[in-house]
Amino acid sequence: MPAAKRSITQIFLAPVLLCAVIAFGLISALLGDGIWDQASWLALALPLVVIVFYVSRRGNR
Amino acid sequence: MTPRSIRLWTSIHKWTSLVCTLFLLMLCITGLPLIFHDEIDAALGATIEPDQAPDNAPLLSFDRILDIARAAQPTQVVTIVGADDENPIWHVYMASTVTAPKTEVIVSVDSRTGRVLHVGAAARGAVTKFLLDLHTDLFLEQPGMLFLGAMGLCFLVAIVSGVVVYGPFMRRLEFGTIRPRRRLYWLDLHNLLGIVILAWTVVVGVTGVINTLSTQIAQHWQRTELVAMLGPWRNAPVPPKLASAQGAIDTALAHAPGMKVQSVAMPGSPFAGGHHYGVYLRGNQPLTSRLLKPVLINADDGTFGETRDMPLYVQALFVSRPLHFGDYGGMPLKIIWALLDLATIIVLGSGLYLWAAKLRKVPARTPIAAGRPLVAGAERS
Repeated sequence: MPAAKRSITQIFLAPVLLCAVIAFGLISALLGDGIWDQASWLALALPLVVIVFYVSRRGNR
Repeated sequence: MTPRSIRLWTSIHKWTSLVCTLFLLMLCITGLPLIFHDEIDAALGATIEPDQAPDNAPLLSFDRILDIARAAQPTQVVTIVGADDENPIWHVYMASTVTAPKTEVIVSVDSRTGRVLHVGAAARGAVTKFLLDLHTDLFLEQPGMLFLGAMGLCFLVAIVSGVVVYGPFMRRLEFGTIRPRRRLYWLDLHNLLGIVILAWTVVVGVTGVINTLSTQIAQHWQRTELVAMLGPWRNAPVPPKLASAQGAIDTALAHAPGMKVQSVAMPGSPFAGGHHYGVYLRGNQPLTSRLLKPVLINADDGTFGETRDMPLYVQALFVSRPLHFGDYGGMPLKIIWALLDLATIIVLGSGLYLWAAKLRKVPARTPIAAGRPLVAGAERS
């Protein structure tokens, strides 16, 4: 566990990137079909993958 | 952030969450099957399927469809007719009078064979209708719908305050940290899930709140835009002899190339003036198919009357629907929507658990309540 204080940027970098990916996913399926739907599935699956990654990482230790 | 403002935001997060959590849990749990309402209706045999006919079979005249519906329900009059989203079917909405705000019966007619496929009070199966009514208004109609809208606003405040306290909370923790001890485990899980799906919960929350205002939005549009479109005809009576409704559709389509009919409001009904057919068209692109364009056609001679684009607040409502339902990107998107909904349930449930777990500890602490200022001071780091 890092003892050093983390800056606002460090704390919110990952959440902001996730928000951007989700926003892209929500909009792409709305504006297009085919490849845009598939891009949307990938983008919106990312938060689920992130959750599974961090939750299972803890379980393995 | 000062310890004072952190405490303020923490209590905002606690109280707004407490107010809305039970209702949000209900919304998430009923919303989960509703994501798959088409599939559930189909599995229960509650969907209305068209007759077998070759793809290029000619469509019956729309006037003929109206006659078939009238013959099926001779005591009722047609108010509005909706085109099925997927199949060549017209859903004819009927009531005792043309001005009646409430539909009494829907007659679904195959647009190629002209056979009456279904007659009923709702176009949905009983199971999904029950879930949808609970989800939209708690069976309390307008008041229930606005109440759930208020709960949605509360939820949005809870989300924002949760993000605000996430910052100071994570000062010494790495993103994604989950500590093993029970209460800390649920706290860390609550924070991780909440922050990771943040954008989705905000979008589904905001669009849900917009959807609760759909009646007000429709009424405001009728009182302002529709009245302005009707101009001098706004209080005109229905002409004794109506021009062909199929002709009205053809004229409307000729003014909007590439669009198709979403619904036709009959002269005298709330979505048309007395002197006009209200033909509502939609586009053929993924986004424009969700937006409607009203075209008014003179009901006495079938000539073009007026058309306008919908104002922004109505467009916002139209776009809110797919963004709330998750029904715009095929089955994979629906499954993702369901998983994100489950994640939201975990956030709500763990939040509730954390509050209850803290509550159980309080009695042990009460004797040292006098020491509180000291404890608050110790929080400063």
